[in-house]
Amino acid sequence: MSRRPFQRILIANRGEIACRVIATCRRLGIETIAVHSDADRNARHVRMADISVCVGPAAASESYLNIDRLIAVANNHGAEAVHPGYGFLSENATFATRLAEADIRFIGPSADTITQMGSKAEAKAVMEKANVPVVPGYHGNKQDIDTLFQHAEKIGYPLLIKASAGGGGKGMRIVQKAGDFAGELGSARREAKAAFGDDSVILERYLSRPRHVEVQVFGDLHGSVVHMFERDCSTQRRYQKVIEESPAPTISEEQRQAMCQAAVAAAQAVNYTGAGTVEFIVDDDGSFFFMEMNTRLQVEHPVTEMVTGLDLVEWQLRVAAGEKLPLYQDQIRSRGHAIEARVYAEDPNKGFLPGSGRLKHLSFPQSNDRVRIDTGVEQGDEVTVHYDPMIAKVIAWGEDRTEAIVALRQALQHVEIIGPADNTGFVEHLLQHTMFENATIHTATLDQDLQPFLPPVEPSRLTVAAAACSVLAAQERAARAAQLATSDAYSPWSIHDGWRSCHSGRRVIDLECGDRHYSVDARGFAGDYELSFEDSSYRYQFEEHGDFVNINCQNTTHRARVVSADGVFLIHNGQHRFEFKPHNPFAFEGGSEAKGDRVVAPMPGKIVSVVVNSGTEVAEGDPLVIMEAMKMELTLRAPRDGVVDQVSAQVDQFVEADTALVTLEK
Amino acid sequence: MTSTVPIINSQVNPQDVDFIANAENMNALVQDLSHQLERIRLGGGDRAREKHLKRGKMLPRERIRALLDPGSAFLELSPMAAHGMYDGNAPCAGVITGIGRINNTEVVVVANDATVKGGTYYPMTVKKHLRAQEVAWENNLPCIYLVDSGGAFLPLQDEVFPDRDHFGRIFYNQARLSAKNIPQIAVVMGSCTAGGAYVPAMCDESIIVKEQGTIFLGGPPLVKAATGEVVDAESLGGAEVHCSTSGVTDHFAENDQHALQMARDIVAHLNRPEKQTPALQPPRPPRYDAEELFGVMPRDTRIPFDIREVIARIVDGSEFQEFKARYGKTLVTGFAHIHGYPVGIVANNGILFAESALKGAHFIELCNQRDIPLVFLQNITGFMVGKKYENAGIAKDGAKMVTAVACSHVPKFTVVIGGSFGAGNYAMCGRGYQPRMLWMWPNARISVMGGEQAASVLATVKRDGLQARKQDWPEDEEKAFKERISAQYEHQGHPYYASARLWDDGVIDPRDTRRVLGLGLSASFNAANDKGRFGVFRM
Repeated sequence: MSRRPFQRILIANRGEIACRVIATCRRLGIETIAVHSDADRNARHVRMADISVCVGPAAASESYLNIDRLIAVANNHGAEAVHPGYGFLSENATFATRLAEADIRFIGPSADTITQMGSKAEAKAVMEKANVPVVPGYHGNKQDIDTLFQHAEKIGYPLLIKASAGGGGKGMRIVQKAGDFAGELGSARREAKAAFGDDSVILERYLSRPRHVEVQVFGDLHGSVVHMFERDCSTQRRYQKVIEESPAPTISEEQRQAMCQAAVAAAQAVNYTGAGTVEFIVDDDGSFFFMEMNTRLQVEHPVTEMVTGLDLVEWQLRVAAGEKLPLYQDQIRSRGHAIEARVYAEDPNKGFLPGSGRLKHLSFPQSNDRVRIDTGVEQGDEVTVHYDPMIAKVIAWGEDRTEAIVALRQALQHVEIIGPADNTGFVEHLLQHTMFENATIHTATLDQDLQPFLPPVEPSRLTVAAAACSVLAAQERAARAAQLATSDAYSPWSIHDGWRSCHSGRRVIDLECGDRHYSVDARGFAGDYELSFEDSSYRYQFEEHGDFVNINCQNTTHRARVVSADGVFLIHNGQHRFEFKPHNPFAFEGGSEAKGDRVVAPMPGKIVSVVVNSGTEVAEGDPLVIMEAMKMELTLRAPRDGVVDQVSAQVDQFVEADTALVTLEK
Repeated sequence: MTSTVPIINSQVNPQDVDFIANAENMNALVQDLSHQLERIRLGGGDRAREKHLKRGKMLPRERIRALLDPGSAFLELSPMAAHGMYDGNAPCAGVITGIGRINNTEVVVVANDATVKGGTYYPMTVKKHLRAQEVAWENNLPCIYLVDSGGAFLPLQDEVFPDRDHFGRIFYNQARLSAKNIPQIAVVMGSCTAGGAYVPAMCDESIIVKEQGTIFLGGPPLVKAATGEVVDAESLGGAEVHCSTSGVTDHFAENDQHALQMARDIVAHLNRPEKQTPALQPPRPPRYDAEELFGVMPRDTRIPFDIREVIARIVDGSEFQEFKARYGKTLVTGFAHIHGYPVGIVANNGILFAESALKGAHFIELCNQRDIPLVFLQNITGFMVGKKYENAGIAKDGAKMVTAVACSHVPKFTVVIGGSFGAGNYAMCGRGYQPRMLWMWPNARISVMGGEQAASVLATVKRDGLQARKQDWPEDEEKAFKERISAQYEHQGHPYYASARLWDDGVIDPRDTRRVLGLGLSASFNAANDKGRFGVFRM
């Protein structure tokens, strides 16, 4: 009989991970203390926790990252340990040290390990020493061409020349063969000099189609280390994982063994304790190289939990309490296949702009043995601009990969979100793509050409018809319901079929789907409709059964899922989802404000810097304000030549979309 | 104990040759009506419509659609107004009126059609506008004026300007309606020139559309002629001027759609009182198909039929609680429900005798006592004539029914389903008796007497005159004379002729009767009943 590792812990995080940690604590009988910012006052993790304490304003730097406050709360409420989740302070050595000083357990590795693995160079050095393969390269100070060339020959081609001071692709060159080296080096140096004022470079093996495979490891305070097999996270977009799975579909059993062994060796090399992940980059030819080690619980850990049947948070708690690892290596087995999709409030059709706002409708499939939903929000909650816009992680399990893909697709069909734009349709579509099915997506695939992976934006006529019928039925229902509440409960005026004398009545349904506008002429009532599109009309029989509808046209009946909130209809036809909004016929373009006088925030985010002042003369295209939303930095530029009139943007200010930031003089 | 309301047991056979022939006859009439209405709905023709659209304006019927709740019915009043008048230049009399719904409130809409002679007011336009205001008055319904009109039609100024029920009456009504807390709201979507300027000015709240709406007493040409001042329409009386400077209008709209949305928002905040409805029942459709009304109505008005066959196809569940079934059988009276509303039905089943009139008067009193609205199904050639009846005082019995009808305080609705002749029209709540609404079927006829009777009466008078002067009247001349009179009566008694002159609120498809009555009943409950007194019943 295992014992309770702690009586009470504090969770220094928010969102789905805080909720997920609370769930395990509850199962183990551990009381939980949640912390939250002002913005998260009513968040799900606050509602779930036994105790919750506000630790500061919305800005994470003043709340979730406020070490003093967190430690004070932990002390005041008698927390024996702190679970940091992922992100925020999870890999912050200072936090680990401060907790140790306060005699509170940090649920994670030691501060030293965090520091060591936090430095890329140091981590690499440690791994090399432990015989863990690292990407061949040269990071030395000797920068003469002969030395560089010698190293290049040693590394082999193709290879990558990168500016030491670099970033953003500046001063980066791929060299295919020895003969090109000198020339490419020259231009890389010139670019590096111009961009960073420093022309020193580093050399690295270039992997053309790298896959990202990582190994879950666990260590205890008694010197044991085990692995829990690997996860493949090659489906990424701008270094953000989109889909993760286990086992990795492209590696052989021998490679798997080799990688897992290497990962265990890596962990042992640093006396690792708790949950950690060793990330490898895997080349086309199957060779793998150490990339980095994450000293925390990963977002994608449920994938491992689904195939191993283990609770990683429980392991973390037990290890932190000083217990031995619950299982030996040979007791840990992987069964079947699990895949996770991350559902974010971001718009795939607008460069994945993060969204914010109320989740007017939010529903998930029923969780069961094969489907798991990890979420930090519920319908009615707000996705704010302050934090990561993740809505949920959906994880599905199958006996094999194909079954898991099908199960995840089925599950995602039932993820229905109305509110901020979301990427569910995108991940659904991605799962159907042959490149995903064949496991040929590598880490750069989506960034090289995203287009083939984006779901169709144009709904079929039947889908438009289903939307129009849903609107018609909703109008009829709403009219009837409103009528019943009056003293004239059965008024024939509530028969909203658009009746006119000697005429069957016509309704015009104006809908928007993406940037498309559909105007449908409708006749009929109560599920029997004739719809006229631009060029043709058809008769439809329409029946609603809960969230499903059956729509019949020309003797064929189709099934679709329809949910609606606030006038928005989300239609899923089994393949794709489409969101229809009522068309706003008087959305004025330009309005009375002369075009180009105001620069507004294109999305919600934080102002990073303000480049101009009132009175600054600017030319068209000059930067005015730089803002940041999630992982994107955005430069707002002058729409025309002119003089800056007003600057209302302030550094560090959070702004909502469409906030005017800079005004030019007329 | 469950109450058992008697159900009308239909006796007609839809396979019957006569029934089929009747149905074909009515179908042709309804088809024609439908075609007429379709044409009328197009307004002033293709070119005018194109021009209108090119200016960025919505067509008036689309404006109404956008103004009303999505899918709301529109109970249009007299779409055939001015039909066959003014050389056919004024379809719908250039103004669309009717009842529709905004935010679940019934309102009266008056929408000028600028594609019809610039929305100018013909005599029938004025009459129609005033009738819409009367409907608003009687039913306590807010008025929305979608103004787009050049004012009076100048060539006919003598028929639109000076008299009591002419142009000026519109503004008199606006003031009086407003005083009665019947909201007056204008949306200026085009010209409001001269007298027309008073429509928005007299309103409680008004909206004007940018670069479309103008309001002025005198337009630029008149200003130039009068004072020499040269000014463009926009700076004389455009939206900017009236919203920012003059205060003639209250709300500035970017375009038609925007303006209509604003009007909807205004109605949403009117704080209208709850309707005073009678005891309701959940509505049930009649047991018999309304389609069968076509076959039920004889194609020859002289052929008698049982009016209960019509009632059975209009009332809920075909249930009819008849009153005095065995007395005065040529008038059928009884209680029923239409769309869940209790109604008292008064329906002709032959010529009116003294007993029928007494029964009618009695029943009308009952309905008034019980606050039950009345529905008259009119198919009447008149009161019985002859020495026996006159001497028995049929005139005073007829007068009793006329008094009862005239003094009724409950809402009254009349449908002319067949003939409407002579004093029968009065006793059966003709237009003069101010039913809340009066509808006609396309087979109906209305005149002081039937064409044939009129021809014989006039021929008799003429022959008597000629004979007194010892003159001869050849038979063929008499025949021609009779035919002329007959034709005149047929022409003038036709429902299109009647509707063109607003003797009714519209010609309807018989199948729509139940719906039209239901909509009218529902709207009528917006107004509280004033309990009045009956006049002296001559005994």
